Amino acid sequence: MGAVGTRTLAASATPRKMGGTLYRGREGMWSWVLHRITGIAIFFFLLVHVLDTALVRLSPEAYNAVIGAYKTPIMGLGEIALVGAIGFHALNGLRIILVDFWSKGAKYQRQLFWTVLVLWVILMVGFVPRHLMHVFGGA
Amino acid sequence: MSAIAAPGTARSRRGSNLEKWGWIYMRASGVVLAVLIFGHLFVNLVAGDGVSAIDFAFVAGKWADPFWVVWDTLLLWLALIHGANGMRTVVNDYATRRGLRRTLLAGIGIATAILLILGTLVIYTFDPCPAGSLADPALSQLLPSFCSAR
Repeated sequence: MGAVGTRTLAASATPRKMGGTLYRGREGMWSWVLHRITGIAIFFFLLVHVLDTALVRLSPEAYNAVIGAYKTPIMGLGEIALVGAIGFHALNGLRIILVDFWSKGAKYQRQLFWTVLVLWVILMVGFVPRHLMHVFGGA
Repeated sequence: MSAIAAPGTARSRRGSNLEKWGWIYMRASGVVLAVLIFGHLFVNLVAGDGVSAIDFAFVAGKWADPFWVVWDTLLLWLALIHGANGMRTVVNDYATRRGLRRTLLAGIGIATAILLILGTLVIYTFDPCPAGSLADPALSQLLPSFCSAR
């Protein structure tokens, strides 16, 4: 046992790309980083989105003028980023709940992260072409 | 100096634990929000003509149905409070100066309270057929079709 422990220590002491932690640079860290970045971005969009929707109380013209901005090509691409951020935050949030409450959640947290990414890609493959048709289709 | 009565004893847990309820809220609201937001995104961006179909009449048509009134009210309250509590966590993590932290937390609280009140008022005082638009032939074109039936 002692020899094994010594060897492990020696191995971890050699400089490696991501340092000697189990967390840094691994799935858990990226899950946390992306959850935080997408969460902050969604919050700021939510502030704006409540305000733009509130224009329906002002007048139909005012609302239609501002919502027209959401139909431009640039905003159309922005909506892809928005849906991507929301989709990741929602799926990764469910992963966090599984890690917290499912008895095997912590054990399989890495697999759960990759499951989140796979489901996210499927979500975006379904959404992006359809949305691009709505934005660029000239409807 | 008096000796510590029982070293190693956990601090007393009397009173409510707000941080625990915040932790629970993030998970409970998160599950509901996952359903609400994907429904919202599907109906507004995927179904029909997607974003290109969204205008005043589209919103009026949705809010003519109590189902979407409840849906949007829940989305507004659960998402804003979820987001505000998340931002509180982020501010507590990075804003180490006391004054700055308090200012940012107050800003988040005030913005959230204002938008909750504004958003709720908009949903429940919404008029799908405003008289000023009905009187004008050009502007009445922007209204939902059920307005002309009156």
